[in-house]
Amino acid sequence: MSDLICRTLAEHAEGLAKKEYSARELTLAYLRRIEEEDRAIGAYLCVLSEEALAAAREVDRARAEGRELSLLAGIPMAMKDNLCTRGIPTTCASRILNDYRPPYDATVWERLRSAGAILLGKTNMDEFGMGSTTEHSARQITKNPLDPTLTPGGSSGGSAAAVAAKEAAWALGTDTGGSVRQPAAFCGLVGMRPTYGTVSRYGLVAYASSFDTVGPITRTVADNAMALEAMIGEDPRDATSRTHPDPRFSRGIGEGVCGLRIGLVKEALASVEDEAVRNTLVSAAERYRAMGAQIVEISVPALTYSAAAYCVMACAEASSNLARYDGVRYGRRAERYESVEDLFHASRSEGFGAEVKRRLLLGTYVLSGGCAEGYYRRARAVRERLRDELREAFSSCDLLLMPVAPTPPFRLGEKTEQTALRFSEDLYCAPASLCGLPALSLPAGRTEGGLPIGIQLMGAPFSEGVLYRAGVCLEKEAKE
Amino acid sequence: MRDSYEIVIGLEVHVELKTKTKIFCSCPTDFGGEPNSRCCPVCMGLPGALPVLNRQAMIYAARAGLALGCHVSTRSGQDRKNYFYPDLPKAYQISQFDRPLCRDGSLCIDCDGEKKTVGITRIHMEEDAGKLIHDEKRGTMIDYNRCGIPLIEIVSEPDLRSSREARAYLQKLRSVILYTGVSDCRMNEGSFRADVNLSVRKRGETSFGVRTEIKNLNSFAFVAKAIDYEAERQIALLEAGEPVLRETRRFDPATGKTFGMRVKESAEDYRFFPDPDLPDVRLSEEEIAAIADGLPELPDAKSLRFAKEYGLSEYDGGVLSADRALAEYFDAAARQTAYPKVLANLIMNELLGLCEEESFRSPIAVEHMASLSRLLGEGRINGATAKKLLRSMWERDEDPVRLAEEGNLWQIHDGEILRSLLASAILANPRLAEDYRRGKKHAAKALIGQVMAQTGGRANPAMLTELAEKALSEEEK
Repeated sequence: MSDLICRTLAEHAEGLAKKEYSARELTLAYLRRIEEEDRAIGAYLCVLSEEALAAAREVDRARAEGRELSLLAGIPMAMKDNLCTRGIPTTCASRILNDYRPPYDATVWERLRSAGAILLGKTNMDEFGMGSTTEHSARQITKNPLDPTLTPGGSSGGSAAAVAAKEAAWALGTDTGGSVRQPAAFCGLVGMRPTYGTVSRYGLVAYASSFDTVGPITRTVADNAMALEAMIGEDPRDATSRTHPDPRFSRGIGEGVCGLRIGLVKEALASVEDEAVRNTLVSAAERYRAMGAQIVEISVPALTYSAAAYCVMACAEASSNLARYDGVRYGRRAERYESVEDLFHASRSEGFGAEVKRRLLLGTYVLSGGCAEGYYRRARAVRERLRDELREAFSSCDLLLMPVAPTPPFRLGEKTEQTALRFSEDLYCAPASLCGLPALSLPAGRTEGGLPIGIQLMGAPFSEGVLYRAGVCLEKEAKE
Repeated sequence: MRDSYEIVIGLEVHVELKTKTKIFCSCPTDFGGEPNSRCCPVCMGLPGALPVLNRQAMIYAARAGLALGCHVSTRSGQDRKNYFYPDLPKAYQISQFDRPLCRDGSLCIDCDGEKKTVGITRIHMEEDAGKLIHDEKRGTMIDYNRCGIPLIEIVSEPDLRSSREARAYLQKLRSVILYTGVSDCRMNEGSFRADVNLSVRKRGETSFGVRTEIKNLNSFAFVAKAIDYEAERQIALLEAGEPVLRETRRFDPATGKTFGMRVKESAEDYRFFPDPDLPDVRLSEEEIAAIADGLPELPDAKSLRFAKEYGLSEYDGGVLSADRALAEYFDAAARQTAYPKVLANLIMNELLGLCEEESFRSPIAVEHMASLSRLLGEGRINGATAKKLLRSMWERDEDPVRLAEEGNLWQIHDGEILRSLLASAILANPRLAEDYRRGKKHAAKALIGQVMAQTGGRANPAMLTELAEKALSEEEK
């Protein structure tokens, strides 16, 4: 295995700048790796060798001309297949979009591309982002590179697997209810869900609009900060987009946690059943204390209802967002139909997978007359309550420490038997999603068998810098 | 039987706002064009596309609301109305559900001399859908150019009681909206559409009967006809002891009847919820005040002022203020003449008839109209001459004084001349005098006609008539 693909983003930025190797060499190294490994892992839905090499050529030329380049220039990355790439298939791992090629680029991709990032390919995911194992993809299964019998998590499982298998230097995923954080944790990686609105959603195929975010999955915390800095920024094409007041995350990242108040959420700790997860959480708190942080016990009672509220609202928004897939203008249209209603019915029945259908049905139900009051509006009330409680919490601490997932990574096929929606697994990821807060997931421990267990650092809006600072400490301490 | 029933009508009017670009994207809003040539990922609802509100649409909507006496909210919602239809790319329409931009306005209408105030419940913004085009060979085609064009929906209280009132309401509404300049209100281009909600009840009853909705009415005349037919239909049903079904109906202009559409199993549940892609619509009090200040003088106010300043009748004031361009034209000319009433009559009786376009336009300069009214008012020309001059000026705008001079069109008031002409005419037509003597008064008309023709239409008609009758009577002796 080429030594090149083991390097971090920071190392690549330096290596490329110093011309120790070219973008082309680097791209070839990753493409070779993909060729060797991906048949077994299944992280990629499509690999863009030609385009990637052409882009690498451009970067090398620019560098040769002495032009000033961004830190990410020439570094190969992978992107989840729900982010629009002009002219390149963007399928959301669904049959209904199996040959859809967007006529435009997602803003976040446009920005990365202009910064010189090299796109190696689009990665596998749970269909339309609905799932936490990537097993709900209509295309293929993705295996956890750390253990091929295990799931890499979801819904950004392909992106996480690609990074963990060194098939890309880093990857873009999307997090609606934990879909960046959980796969990052399951693959021993760092994943960030940024403050809602700070990375443009224009061109991100919507699942649940008030929850969807785009976030980087990387091998180190510093890499993650570097990637997020390049993506963040207001977009006039996204009405929910906000300006981040302090996007220079790498600055101050090494300042340590001395004096930082870290809140341990009582209800989260109490609900953890898995011993390894509990130990990891407790040990992380201890390690922070040893580094000079103050550990505070925080109570967030509404946490108990967060998974349910998330389930209701995300499915409701999804039922509306996915209604446009009717087979009329693009995507897969059923071959046989008798009427317009039939066209809709057949195209959607044939095009959507079972998990998507379940969520759309639930979402439609909770919005319908007679039910909306009891479900949808109730869920909104929980959301408001949780927002208030967390705002309150952040007045007595700088960030919160929580698990990412209730268990370590589990076996492929283990959970697909159950038809009941497994939103309870989103318990720890749901709060940040419901309240638009930034949350960083990073490796913090291992099971006896050596499987990775992550912890989650959640902060007030725009506090990514603090989260990265704290993350780097734990990461460094683990190495020592 | 029929008179024992009262017809209750509410109108929902959709008006297209003539902003340069669509409501949520920057596609142009021009009418027509190659199908699907004015679309983008946003208005096509492509995966990943997001809406951003065009603030000009909001300002136009507020302007319309203020012109209709509404309260404009500083904060209103943007909600999704979910349903499946091929002309709706996102399978939801972005509208305003329970927190519309405007509420509680009113419109004064004059229906055959009777005044009435019709309440306006609410006005909200929404986006238009695409257009379905049925083609014999190819099936149903869809053009999305219209998709995303900003609309306001103006909902009236169910205060209307007849097709005539409905028509008066629509005409007045259109007139006011045209004044604000936010729409060109062309029913034939679809920028002004009316839906009717109608129910009947026994006179004296306070609760409402079951109402039906009639959609897709393309003209004011059709609206009136549809109302008349539907009211009769409902009354007939109730008289026969049968219930009226709550449904949506269409109007067939060929038969003059309304007909029910395919019966739906259940009423549509739109599952309204706030659009998570869009924040609330915000307008500051200052902004609202500025929009209100920018409103032109509206028809009712103008009409009142015309009556007061120029001594016009209420009716005349109403006619002249119905169209803004017309009102401003009249106003400008009226300031230049001491005979505003004469001017008003000239415009209403002669000029309006010459203008064939939907909205008023005149090639005759304001000063020339004023001048013409002065000539007529002072008696320097007679009515027939004024009419002739006006037509000539319509073809080629010129100073009427010069035209009158060139054509020697000055009115003849000279009694001597007239008497002499009359005398010659009587001599030349002895039968006329005889007929008159025998009581055939029409002979006078013939005589007047002859002399008038001899003067080239320039004789003062009143004077000529008087002198003619005198001359014929004298002959009797």
